[in-house]
Amino acid sequence: MRLRSPWLLLLPSIVLMLALFGWPLVQGVLSAFTDDGGFTFAHWERLFGDPYFLRALRNTLLLIVIVVPVQVVLAVGMALLMQARPRFASGHFYLWCVPLAISELAAGLVWLSIFDNRGYLNSLLVSLGLSENGVQWLNYENTTTMLLTVVIAELWRATSLVFVIVVAGVQMIPREYDEAAQVFGATFWQRLRHVTLPLLGPSLQVALILRTILALQAFAVAQALTGRDFPLLVGETYEWYVVLQNPAVASAVALVVLVISLGTAVLYLRTVRQPEGVR
Amino acid sequence: MSTETRPAETTERTLPPVDTAPLRRRRRQAAWVQAACVAVTLFMALPIVLIGLSAISSRAALAEFPKPFLPSEYSFDTLLAFFEATGTVPALGNSVLAGIYTVFWSLVVGAPAGYALARHAFRGKDAYQVFILLVRALPIVVLSVPLATMFLRLDVYDTVFAVTLVHTTLALPTTVLITASIFVSVPTDLEEAAQVFGCTRWQAARKVVVPLALPGLAASSIFTFVLSWNEILGATVVTLGHRTLPAQVLTALDEASTAYRFAGGFALILPALVFIAVMRRYLVNMWGTTLR
Repeated sequence: MRLRSPWLLLLPSIVLMLALFGWPLVQGVLSAFTDDGGFTFAHWERLFGDPYFLRALRNTLLLIVIVVPVQVVLAVGMALLMQARPRFASGHFYLWCVPLAISELAAGLVWLSIFDNRGYLNSLLVSLGLSENGVQWLNYENTTTMLLTVVIAELWRATSLVFVIVVAGVQMIPREYDEAAQVFGATFWQRLRHVTLPLLGPSLQVALILRTILALQAFAVAQALTGRDFPLLVGETYEWYVVLQNPAVASAVALVVLVISLGTAVLYLRTVRQPEGVR
Repeated sequence: MSTETRPAETTERTLPPVDTAPLRRRRRQAAWVQAACVAVTLFMALPIVLIGLSAISSRAALAEFPKPFLPSEYSFDTLLAFFEATGTVPALGNSVLAGIYTVFWSLVVGAPAGYALARHAFRGKDAYQVFILLVRALPIVVLSVPLATMFLRLDVYDTVFAVTLVHTTLALPTTVLITASIFVSVPTDLEEAAQVFGCTRWQAARKVVVPLALPGLAASSIFTFVLSWNEILGATVVTLGHRTLPAQVLTALDEASTAYRFAGGFALILPALVFIAVMRRYLVNMWGTTLR
């Protein structure tokens, strides 16, 4: 009885996850590789023939490469600011955390009100006399500015998550280490480089993995800001399934996302864990 | 004490002038920290203020260009129009229902598993935890399309139940991890004491552990609700007519007016302000530590 009871408690969750995660996963792989007749690469050929797919892949990877490192730096900076105990710390903390509960779509719409052709940013530029009619930030020809707007919106929305993880990590570091380094005359940068950051290692690793996997899934921000002019991988799944009604190709795109996210998880675990094993 | 202060007083006159440089450096540093904090806060808060202002501008004020910071004319027309648009109110209802059902089911299925992880040492525990983490790392996209096909076959496609199923699976790994950490913090001694006094294992869990874990469970429920409230892709793929609010706004985007977009964005943000205000105490523990 003693041995069986934990499994009895775990059983419902295992069944549910196998039914709603395991089974669809198998189905997804099957439908991406099979046709009515049998095994086929036709869906993949169709996918790679689609001009949007390669752009989506490029945009998604670009977004991750830019957003995730900036977010980590920003979040560490914000956590250090909190550590310095500024005035109104709890008020600042609340406002820095609000984006945690804001959905991707809402974040996209928020920044739409700013980057829209007749939005607040252009209004500001025009009334300051910096530009005659404003910049067309979201024009489909301006890939760079579209990337910029999506990056800013993503930074705004998701830095909070990294921030909260880093704050939790900073709180777990005993203050004595930092104080000891201070006593021995280490400068702020030396303490950051040799005391705080190494001790934050595990937290940063988790934040990196989580953020990369979540950034891979971003699509509503771009959808709200630019429609399909700035395609992202998950947005393509949505497009293929909801608009083009082709579940097989949609599954194929989804598998690409899956492979990339598993790949990054493994990569991070390898590279960030290594120094710990050496130490 | 008094003998020690005397020499100090006598030497005071000969002391060199006080070096205020470190103090000034400290003050300057504090000012910099304060300025940086204000800058970050502006970055985080200003967009919310701006979309709030857009949502309560009249249509004429929205069309103005260049727009003043404060709208020239306030009106609730755009917000009203958003809520009167077809599908908004039912979608809001669906969102709330899906959220509540998701909270219920993920607790019913996840809390026992969390309890087992917190209280038992058993073979296969590590394997189960790895399994949970794996499920967490899977992107929802991979599942939503096959799930939609499956729901079509099972005849639950386009229902709140289907959305609930997707969101429950999505929330389950986090619920298990959070509840496990909550149950760990409830002392085993109390549970054992209850059993000494004649409670069965089940009674001890129900009468002692659950009341003590209740605040934590409530916080975890809000977390789950937020997750369900914000999830878009799964909800869009498994529904057609019975959308949740984000799914409704997303699918209406193509033909929507700017006023609708801003009002919709603001309506989606309002609950977030409340959630975070309620959850403030638990934020770091829940998002930062337990869910790592």
